[in-house]
Amino acid sequence: MEITGLLFYLVSVLIAGGIYAVLCLALNVQWGMGGLFNAGIAGFFAVGAYASAIVTTAASSKHLGGFALPIPFGLLAAMIVAGVTGFVVAKICVRLKSDYLAMASVGIAEILRLVIVNESWLTNGSLGIAGVPRPFGNLVQGRAADLLYLGVVWLCVALVYILCQRLYVSPWGRTLRAIRDNEDSARAAGKDVDWFRLQTFVIGCALMGLAGALSAHYFKFLSPSATEPLLVTFLVWVMLMAGGSGNNRGAIVGALVIWFIWSATEIITSRLPPEWITRSSYIRMLLVGLLLQFVLQKFRSGLVPEKSPKIRSD
Amino acid sequence: MIDFINLYLVPGLAIGSVYALGAVGISMIFGILRFAHFAHGDLMTLGGYGVLTAVWLIPVNPLLLLPFGIALAIVAALAVDEFFYKPLRKLPTIYTVIASFGVALIFRSLAQLFWSSGNQVFTSGVRMPMVLFDTFRISELHAQVIVLTVVIAIALHFFLTRSKLGRAMRAVSDEPELAAVAGLDTEKVVRWTWVIGASLAAIAGVFAGMDTSMHPNLGWNLLLAMFAAAVLGGIGKPMGAIAGGLIIGIAEETVTFTWFSDDAFISPSYKSAVAFFIMVALLLFRPQGLFKGRLL
Repeated sequence: MEITGLLFYLVSVLIAGGIYAVLCLALNVQWGMGGLFNAGIAGFFAVGAYASAIVTTAASSKHLGGFALPIPFGLLAAMIVAGVTGFVVAKICVRLKSDYLAMASVGIAEILRLVIVNESWLTNGSLGIAGVPRPFGNLVQGRAADLLYLGVVWLCVALVYILCQRLYVSPWGRTLRAIRDNEDSARAAGKDVDWFRLQTFVIGCALMGLAGALSAHYFKFLSPSATEPLLVTFLVWVMLMAGGSGNNRGAIVGALVIWFIWSATEIITSRLPPEWITRSSYIRMLLVGLLLQFVLQKFRSGLVPEKSPKIRSD
Repeated sequence: MIDFINLYLVPGLAIGSVYALGAVGISMIFGILRFAHFAHGDLMTLGGYGVLTAVWLIPVNPLLLLPFGIALAIVAALAVDEFFYKPLRKLPTIYTVIASFGVALIFRSLAQLFWSSGNQVFTSGVRMPMVLFDTFRISELHAQVIVLTVVIAIALHFFLTRSKLGRAMRAVSDEPELAAVAGLDTEKVVRWTWVIGASLAAIAGVFAGMDTSMHPNLGWNLLLAMFAAAVLGGIGKPMGAIAGGLIIGIAEETVTFTWFSDDAFISPSYKSAVAFFIMVALLLFRPQGLFKGRLL
């Protein structure tokens, strides 16, 4: 029992780790390749989660739709809606310089949160959406379903990885890195900086939406208070910085390493007396905050540093 | 009309004062250290908790115990600058922004660790508002907040224009290279920027906590409005930030007034979006702000 229990704990850690890996890859497109600071990750994550939930749940009077469509449509809808949201935001904000974009992204996350909490015709407000289906939910139940879902999540991670890797080595990715490293010279070389930035932002947001959808189908229930938005955003940043920003493999490694540390400390602290359990989560957050400072100062290139692809001359 | 003043304009001025005091620090740090300080809201929270603890020990009016919160905020700000921001100063400033984002979480988890994550009040009980001329009903706290902010703004103005240190600060903010060549001690200016920014943040934190209640997210929730105020006033213009804070505060409260029909013009649940739209519109159309701040 102990062993199978542990095994399935590992499965749940890996599922969440996979979702964080998608988020991390998405942030790597925006920050690692494009140099765009986004502090509103949780906002786009939530948009994706709600989009997929609304598309795939059974019809309900409590929120919009319930269109009962198959789950792949949900994932697709999540990417489209999050991508469109990202497009609207980018259209306005992408011209802003780094620090200003950072400030604006905090506001964007706040506005998305307000919409989700207040527009109950759309999202059922703070009561949330229940009965979000799992893929193959009527075929398998219980722990086998978790195992199957693990496969689904990591299939998505693999696909997103391949996509990001293709983007990275393509001429498009090269242009992006040129803009990131020296905007003026890229502009002088005739690149439309704003247009590239906008594309980057939209692709990143769409992938964040996909991650949100994956989490909605995992937990089967969705409410505005289900996650601590700032914590998610912050963890993803720490993961990317620790893993190596600019490197897709680094993004995945960082997501897994930080998520394993986060989960392992949870096992240890769960043995503490009850009055210490809540406190221990604050201590963990404090330590992750300190870890970020360490990474920024001493370990900036991360576990798997960025390595620009060789230029082929054929 | 009387309702408009009592229920919208005065509360707007009071919350605007909180934004104003916070935005001064953000604007000065942005002007002198050249980065958006994401931990400024949480610095306010720490200051608020410092005073809250003092109130538990010495039960008098919290406003008399402000020095305790100010001291805590100054120590915290100087410590994070020394250990976390200074080592990154040679890098692009966005790294310092990321560091300050982390510091915000550190401050907040410290607040949760030492003061619990629930709501705590400075003084319990209902206090009746003051009635002036039988028409104006103003809560005592709002009156104190507004008066104190005006006093601080005047003091700050004289400090920046008359004292040597204040002028050095403006010089570093306007022309850093020239200021360094002229032999100004940049590190000293940086230190005093933190001292002033943290002091005003602590005062703002106490005001905000007294108006509602203290909780660990208090400061972070105000951050967006303070950024907007700093941009509105012009980056590196402390007096502009004060004006910006008051404008944002009044705008947030008065958009919920029944301007054109019997319903609120903008639903109160969306009022925190107002600051964002003011900020973005300004960044796009007049990035130097109202008072010709610097452009980064």
